[in-house]
Amino acid sequence: MSVFRDAGHLFRFAGLFVLAFLLFLVIRGYVVPRSFGQYGHYRGNAIGDIAAHPVKFAGHQACENCHTDVLDVKKAGKHALVNCEACHGPLSKHAEDPASVTPVKPDTAVLCARCHTASVAKPKGFPQVNPEEHSSGVACGTCHKPHNPAIDAGGAK
Amino acid sequence: MNLSRRQMLILLPAAAVAWKSVLAGTPEEAPNYKMSEHWWGMLIDIPKCIGCGNCVRACAAENDVPEGYFRTWVERYHVSDEDMTNPQVISPDGGKQGFPVVEKEDAGKYFFVPKMCNQCADSPCTQVCPVGATFVSPDGVVLVDQSYCLGCAYCVQACPYGCRYIHPEKKVADKCTLCYHRITKGLTTACCESCPTGARQLVDLKDPKDPIHEFLKTHSVQVLKPQMATGAKAFYNGLDGSVR
Repeated sequence: MSVFRDAGHLFRFAGLFVLAFLLFLVIRGYVVPRSFGQYGHYRGNAIGDIAAHPVKFAGHQACENCHTDVLDVKKAGKHALVNCEACHGPLSKHAEDPASVTPVKPDTAVLCARCHTASVAKPKGFPQVNPEEHSSGVACGTCHKPHNPAIDAGGAK
Repeated sequence: MNLSRRQMLILLPAAAVAWKSVLAGTPEEAPNYKMSEHWWGMLIDIPKCIGCGNCVRACAAENDVPEGYFRTWVERYHVSDEDMTNPQVISPDGGKQGFPVVEKEDAGKYFFVPKMCNQCADSPCTQVCPVGATFVSPDGVVLVDQSYCLGCAYCVQACPYGCRYIHPEKKVADKCTLCYHRITKGLTTACCESCPTGARQLVDLKDPKDPIHEFLKTHSVQVLKPQMATGAKAFYNGLDGSVR
């Protein structure tokens, strides 16, 4: 084995490389999260982290569990398919704790106008009024019941 | 307790390995939700949109979207009869407070276009991420791992729909998650929940009972920028050719 007689320095050098590679593997094991690559080139646990975000809109099913009386009124009218929180805002806190968190009733003068103010830009079939001409500043809730607004359908107050 | 050097050399790496698995934890998952059974998308019905801005406000409230940034927004198009290719588009504050009233009928047409992340199946934004911080989840939602994101904004530039931004406080990429925290719990998205006219519908393309399949068969449905082959899953019904 005369070829390797004076090659000790080469083996030591190769050993250094092997050591450095092992060190790389150890460090890599620590810095790459365990779930990385579970589903693809990303941290699999990130999906669970994103899904853990708190819910603010409870969803109309939650409202309808308790407010069955309102649901019955709403079902009969034009607003049947408008979800509760479209007007009342995010209320998951109220759904979790109905006693201590009570929602504020929306101001019909502002709320109704948001959708029903007449504009040429809106789809033609959508019911629209000019609030000034229609009621000259009187809040919509004075005459219309928001849950079933048509007056001839018994919606008048 | 006396430990020899030899015992220490064995114990220390073992403890380190054990501690690592403690830190890693187990993935959080909603009960009864299987990612492999869903493929989410959105149906946006332009003739139904009245430009009220409910979706924009609901999205901001649900997802703590910072002021002046939008995960979804509404644009109003005004296309004149002669000039189809140069529509006038406005979106004041993302349409959050609605749109200015148009009183007089004039030449051309008006319509509203709600915009949001198209949840592309072959999304350009996930392809450019250098660190694997953004990805298409197994149920078809484009998400950002904000603990992994560096904030380099490659993805912000890559999105052909302009749906991403760098969060001004967190300094990482932020975007529509299709309310991932809601849809995995059986709820619909905040924008769909608050849309008064049903112009937005969350759709599950893997659910054979979802009405989307019938809708796609019977309507002329389009996606935005189909020429970019992004595999967009925001389906627009009644989309005008002038929309970019």
